[in-house]
Amino acid sequence: MNWEVVIGLEVHLQLATESKIFSGAATRFGAEPNTQACAVDLAMPGMLPVLNEQAVRYAVMFGLGIGAEIGLRSVFDRKNYFYPDLPKGYQISQFQEPIVGRGHFDIQLEDGSVRRIGITRAHLEEDAGKSLHEDFHNQTGIDLNRAGTPLLEIVSEPDLRSAEEAVAYLKTLHSLVTSLGISDGNMAEGSMRCDINLSLRPAGSETLGTRAEIKNVNSFRFVEKAIHHEIERQADILEAGGQVVQETRLYDAERDETRSMRSKEVANDYRYFPEPDLLPVVIEQSWVDSIRASLPELPAAKRERFIADYGLSAYDATVLAAERPLADFYESVAKHCGDAKLAANWVQVELLGQLNRSDLSLGESPVDAPALAALLQRILDGSISGKIGKQVFEAMWAGEGDADSIIEARGLRQVSDSGALEAMVSEVIRGNPEQVAQYLAADENRRKKLSGFFVGQIMKLSKGQANPQMVNDLLNQQLADAGGHGNT
Amino acid sequence: MHDLSVAELAHALRSREFSSTELTRHCLQRIRSLDPQYNSFISVDDAGALAAAANADARLAAGEQGPLLGIPLAHKDIFCTTGLRTSCGSKMLDNFVPPYDATVTRLLRDAGTVLLGKTNMDEFAMGSSSETSFYGSTRNPWDTTRVPGGSSGGSAAAVAARLVPLATGTDTGGSIRQPAAFCGITGLKPTYGRVSRLGMVAYASSLDQGGPMARSAEDCALLLNAIAGLDPLDSTSSAHPVEDYTAQLRQPLTGLRIGLPREYFGEGLDTATGDRIHAALALLEQQGATLVDITLPHTELSIPTYYIIAPAEASTNLSRYDGVRYGYRCEAPRDLHDLYTRSRQEGFGDEVKRRILVGTFALSAGYYDAYYRKAQQVRRLIRQDFLDAFANVDIIAGPTTPGPAFGLGAKTSDPLAMYLEDVYTLAVNLAGLPAMSVPAGQAAGLPVGLQLIGPHFDEARLLNVAHQLQQASDWHRQAPVEASS
Repeated sequence: MNWEVVIGLEVHLQLATESKIFSGAATRFGAEPNTQACAVDLAMPGMLPVLNEQAVRYAVMFGLGIGAEIGLRSVFDRKNYFYPDLPKGYQISQFQEPIVGRGHFDIQLEDGSVRRIGITRAHLEEDAGKSLHEDFHNQTGIDLNRAGTPLLEIVSEPDLRSAEEAVAYLKTLHSLVTSLGISDGNMAEGSMRCDINLSLRPAGSETLGTRAEIKNVNSFRFVEKAIHHEIERQADILEAGGQVVQETRLYDAERDETRSMRSKEVANDYRYFPEPDLLPVVIEQSWVDSIRASLPELPAAKRERFIADYGLSAYDATVLAAERPLADFYESVAKHCGDAKLAANWVQVELLGQLNRSDLSLGESPVDAPALAALLQRILDGSISGKIGKQVFEAMWAGEGDADSIIEARGLRQVSDSGALEAMVSEVIRGNPEQVAQYLAADENRRKKLSGFFVGQIMKLSKGQANPQMVNDLLNQQLADAGGHGNT
Repeated sequence: MHDLSVAELAHALRSREFSSTELTRHCLQRIRSLDPQYNSFISVDDAGALAAAANADARLAAGEQGPLLGIPLAHKDIFCTTGLRTSCGSKMLDNFVPPYDATVTRLLRDAGTVLLGKTNMDEFAMGSSSETSFYGSTRNPWDTTRVPGGSSGGSAAAVAARLVPLATGTDTGGSIRQPAAFCGITGLKPTYGRVSRLGMVAYASSLDQGGPMARSAEDCALLLNAIAGLDPLDSTSSAHPVEDYTAQLRQPLTGLRIGLPREYFGEGLDTATGDRIHAALALLEQQGATLVDITLPHTELSIPTYYIIAPAEASTNLSRYDGVRYGYRCEAPRDLHDLYTRSRQEGFGDEVKRRILVGTFALSAGYYDAYYRKAQQVRRLIRQDFLDAFANVDIIAGPTTPGPAFGLGAKTSDPLAMYLEDVYTLAVNLAGLPAMSVPAGQAAGLPVGLQLIGPHFDEARLLNVAHQLQQASDWHRQAPVEASS
């Protein structure tokens, strides 16, 4: 049967506040266990939560970024359950009245099409600690450094229809929140964690099938794999005439499978009720307006600007506008070198390629934007060819200096002296009479192919420094001359 | 020395009639010799008290003049005290020594008070008799076969027995006022939010409020002055301006309109208690107050409403006692589930378990609307009753309790009868109002308490009325026989 895939995502986003959502303890990642947990985080008797205003500001920024209605009055609730990494025995969350209401954003798919995905809501809550099951000899260690880290839980509508769309959604979301500066978006460190709700229904059906929830999938690639796997699992069940069980499943990246997390345990009754230790959060419209006025340029707007101002393709603009550091880097290169399209090419292909290969982030790039722009200027002024430019770039990457000094030191300046080039062209033509004869006997199409041979020989002779355009012109001229002689 | 009021003690300390160290030694001596019959203290901190007294003496010698400087006091064992066990009357916290002070504790330390020790209480403040304490019942100094009331029974008994001139208590449904009434002392439950709850072990967060317990309204005012105010670390504390609560004590009562709720004088009120209340009201009338009959129509709903909301909040406030990080942990847990169930089974007493169960039920899916949400709606009606009444009267008065202190064990087997004890006090917490219990003489040798209820943040008015009553009577000076020896 032909199944339609229905996916909704819940993303837990750690907000980049200095301190926790309800206490003054720091939120830095990677500290020694339990060194960033204060009496409030440890749920010591008599301790009380105090709301971090910055977390509220970030939530409002997100809401504005997705065009959502901002809850001028929102309420924290207690979500009750027992777990050792949940010190109070309840999580402070928002249930009935979240701070961010319905909104949406557009995702761009690889075929260039655009889809609008609805956001049901986003609410503030506190993160739990971590249970450490290794290194304790059949015991469990508890690290409460993460307990109380502010989270924004972002719930999408079940609008996504494939793994590709889900990944595009997450990338767009990532791009949005990092551009807003409200999260570092570091998935490896758990700053952005994803729960996938997935069900199948016969194509054309309006009613939703029974869904399974896959918890805590923490990379784009795993999201894609987990979805593929889950689609297959559910389709197998349904096609065998069975029924999908509504349950929580865990994606095991090592085995590339999902498996049931909570078997038949009674569904948790979280006994939500308004948190009596906190007053309802009441914010002024004027405060929201002032936040709106100070929002940075968002990726969607930046993308449009890159297309309009720099003449980039939609694809290039999407890639370059997605993350603010990259967009800033690109704009700096484009402005310094004066050729936005060349800059786009080099940033995307050479720079991102090298970063990928070296497993570095943009911030760690050994070549900064002005340095790259200086290199591109040498290409633009004809001092070097694009091909030599790549060599120079690699040398810059290896720390050998700036573009000019490398070009100088390695003697890479392009040979554009027509006398010298003419001599090289003649030498190659004289040295390869057979190929010249073949060329002259060939038709137009074949001649094009054969001319590549001569160009290669000339480049070899010039150690790659011959100006390719001039070589082409001189070669065509001399071959034509040779043909002329032959005919006469 | 132990019969002097706080104001008199402060004067004597300033004029070097005796030192804080001498006063502290005297109180510690009385606790040692008399408290075995009352069991009003869970912990007595001789060394800490003497060190604090020495420090106060040094400050006094340097000419400092704080109204509470060098004054001994006791905290209900619900207020966290750095380095001094804070048990909350529970086996669960029998081993708990906080590394921090409650805001109330800190403010009083800074004011130069001398902390003698921590007083007994119903476990986690759940009870009306101080019989649910892990440390055994406190006894009423007026009759040691009777309860002192609860949950702040230890503080009430210690003040009544003249072991300490001043104590803190907390009041969630009457836990300051009812023991104050039973022990013949003066107690004030401030407006919700007037005193910080930080570091006060939570029972029911939306109802809990700490306050002073002393022998007179003036002494209560002096203590309230030191602890009232906004605490940035308690989001529910109020920014409402703090007054000098002693400033209005001497105002005459001329023109004061006192509302007498019909519902507080009906069936269930002990006759002798009612007589004492009317006598006290007559005294206020003589001083120029007018008595006005009023109605608080939803009064009877305050018991079911309270016993939904308080246990609901308690059921989750007490989830943190799980045997994982501090407090009681069962021996050799087999697994996580066993750790949770046995630690809580063995660490909590019956009344605490009863309220956790009730509260868990009230918040459960499918019952939330019928119980918790409904209770919150009724709570608003109860509050509105008071707001309507205060449109016509300045304060409301009535009995604090339906009758005098009952016998030890008399109601422990019947939780409902115990809950009915709180019929006149619960509504005040549900409405967040300030209220006092003031001695109004005795019925059959046992103290009777007059309850005064004021509009939000009008503690000064309540203290004024109580003080004027105490100027015109000596009920607050009457002491149990053994205590005055």
